[in-house]
Amino acid sequence: MQATRDFSHYVKDAGAGLSHIDLAVEGVSCAGCMSKIERGLSAIPDVTLARVNLTDRRVALEWKQGALDPARFIDRLAELGYKAYPFETASAEAAEAEQSRFLMRCLGVAAFATMNVMMLSVPVWSGNVSDMIPEQRDFFHWLSALIALPAAAYAGQPFFRSAFRALRTGNVNMDVPISIGVLLALGMSVFETVHHAEHTYFDAAIMLLTFLLVGRYLDQSMRQRTRAVAGNLAALKAETATKFVGADEISEVPVAAIVPGDIVLLRPGERCAVDGTVIEGRSEIDQSLITGETLYVAAQHGTAVYAGSLNMTGTLRVRVSAASEATLLAEITRLLDNALQARSRYVRLADRASRFYAPVVHATALLTILGWMLMGASWHDAIVTGVAVLIITCPCALGLAIPTVQTVASGAMFKAGVLLNSGDSIERLAEVDHVIFDKTGTLTLPELEVVNSSKVPEAALGLAGQLALASHHPAAAAVARAAGARSPLRGAIEEPGQGVRGTFEGVEVRLGRPSFCGAERLADETHDLDPEASIVAFRCGEERYVFAVRQQLRADARAVVSALQQRHIAVEILSGDREQAVLAAARALGIREWRAGVTPADKIARIEDLKREGYKVMMVGDGLNDAPSLAAAHVSMSPISAAHLSQATADLVFLGRPLAPVVAAIDFSRKALHLMRQNLWLAVGYNLLAVPIAISGVVTPLIAAAAMSGSSLLVMLNALRARRVAQGEARWK
Amino acid sequence: MEVMVILVPLALGLGLVGLLGFLWSLKSGQYDDLEGAAWRAIADDEPAPEIPPE
Repeated sequence: MQATRDFSHYVKDAGAGLSHIDLAVEGVSCAGCMSKIERGLSAIPDVTLARVNLTDRRVALEWKQGALDPARFIDRLAELGYKAYPFETASAEAAEAEQSRFLMRCLGVAAFATMNVMMLSVPVWSGNVSDMIPEQRDFFHWLSALIALPAAAYAGQPFFRSAFRALRTGNVNMDVPISIGVLLALGMSVFETVHHAEHTYFDAAIMLLTFLLVGRYLDQSMRQRTRAVAGNLAALKAETATKFVGADEISEVPVAAIVPGDIVLLRPGERCAVDGTVIEGRSEIDQSLITGETLYVAAQHGTAVYAGSLNMTGTLRVRVSAASEATLLAEITRLLDNALQARSRYVRLADRASRFYAPVVHATALLTILGWMLMGASWHDAIVTGVAVLIITCPCALGLAIPTVQTVASGAMFKAGVLLNSGDSIERLAEVDHVIFDKTGTLTLPELEVVNSSKVPEAALGLAGQLALASHHPAAAAVARAAGARSPLRGAIEEPGQGVRGTFEGVEVRLGRPSFCGAERLADETHDLDPEASIVAFRCGEERYVFAVRQQLRADARAVVSALQQRHIAVEILSGDREQAVLAAARALGIREWRAGVTPADKIARIEDLKREGYKVMMVGDGLNDAPSLAAAHVSMSPISAAHLSQATADLVFLGRPLAPVVAAIDFSRKALHLMRQNLWLAVGYNLLAVPIAISGVVTPLIAAAAMSGSSLLVMLNALRARRVAQGEARWK
Repeated sequence: MEVMVILVPLALGLGLVGLLGFLWSLKSGQYDDLEGAAWRAIADDEPAPEIPPE
């Protein structure tokens, strides 16, 4: 059977006789990688563009149409040492990018207007105490209006739209006081200009928009970055399937191009990318991603297999019952909708602040107007003072208080190996006081490892490793890794469901089931010592050895558990695996609370119980069976090796083999929440100082501008502290 | 004070040129990869291709 890879699904027509493809690349992290990849790919003839985007970790490629097969780029990148996957931009991501550009344009316009209006305002301010004649002042005011009004109409769109949406549904958000403040300030300034008055607030209004747009843009770019990461994750997963295109002809195609009724080939060691039914072949499949159960399930004609199951021993032909679009993605969307609903139930700190803020500010302004009227001031003066109160209380610093901290903290977490899937997860993570771990793939490493390699002579281990490379079985892969084998043994033959055999220097060598190698007695002995492990036997002539293969705990799991306990966070294991296995892990980690053999529904029930008791629960899990409980928990986290669904549902994703990012994420988010609160108080404190001045009616545009920029700078500088957590908390690493 | 007739439009004109420049740079994708751009500045140039001796 000849296998070809078909990536035409991802190739786009770039016009002018060029084709374009985007690849998500794993492990691009520095300038060195960037130039290595760009040079390596540009060296291929007919390639017209190879450009790495270090922020998104992607490569854009263009070449002369029809001249090259895109699979060649992936091979070339593999030669250079990078794993690459074709990538399709999700529409949500494209929309985020467009929104981000729009905000940047608004920011550019607002900043231009601020600088020019300020250039006109400073002479007026200084002219008021020197010798500027009223005609010149009016001229400068008119010029300011000419710049500020169109600029505010354009750059204020994000705020006006959002405020309008909120008001139409009967809500109040932070954009309502912002919009009212800006519109009143501009309106009053125009009125004052027409009447040749001394003070106008064009500069304050447009500067307010500039500062707030900085906050908006930071917020947006953080969200866009997490979207890009999530998009890459989707591309890095096993997104291809081997499809039969003829009776004996197979082709590797993206899952998106598979339709129900197609027949796909599932070789040993491959993860199934679709849901379907076995029509031919016998094998054992590992469904631990779906159920959490680590014992293998026998698969034969008629057995249903699900996306995410790992085929272990034999080759299977599977008829696709539903392509991934119909089941997995639909399921993701449904769960994401649930998660979003849960998110909307959680009121973000910023919204809580604005719900309190807007009524107070507007009431104060109204009282000021009424107060001045009672004191006998004219209509005009009373309203001018009232508007001045609104301008000075316009939540400039409040608008920056939270996005700046979130951006800095998410950058720091990114460096610590944690990716954010949702923007407000930092706030929720900071409140966590109960952590639930899944066992398989979360506390343990996702792949199998040989635990007794030191008991096998080196020569035998090396030979076994070479033989193992001829097999696709995950246990064989573990043996090959343990031996550090590089070149497979020539002429080795795989016997489905049994093992591999070959000859080495005239002696027959076999690797596989104990019965295949005649090592049942040895296998039983090892199995008694370590009942959790699966046994791989190796026979070289008359010598027999056995390897115990199992999922190991992550190296720093114990340290992480005790670090969590030190922070007064309760730790618990909820696993779908057998009691024996869970008990062993719980003992090794010093976790007293554990439950084994739990179904997804049980997991949710347990989380709901804890929620009722008032705990803020974080769920850390990787399997498909964890996905609903990840959505149910207050906040959730998944390792990067997790199933699609869990990764999409989790609020945070952590990279690499250590478990340490879990604690780092908690530390960073606690610090960040602390700083957000501090920033809100700073902003409120500034208002407490400035409002009495505004009420007393002595505010000049100069005071308004200075106070606004001063408080914004203070809040931004304070946010930079979110980069670091206290040394004492980080030391245990 | 007649100088203002020149200075004010000049200042605004220069500001406008700056704004247009910014919008152009945004449109041509110069803000798409800020991290990579920081490194590209210090990356070594590709060594010049060796000219074969005649």
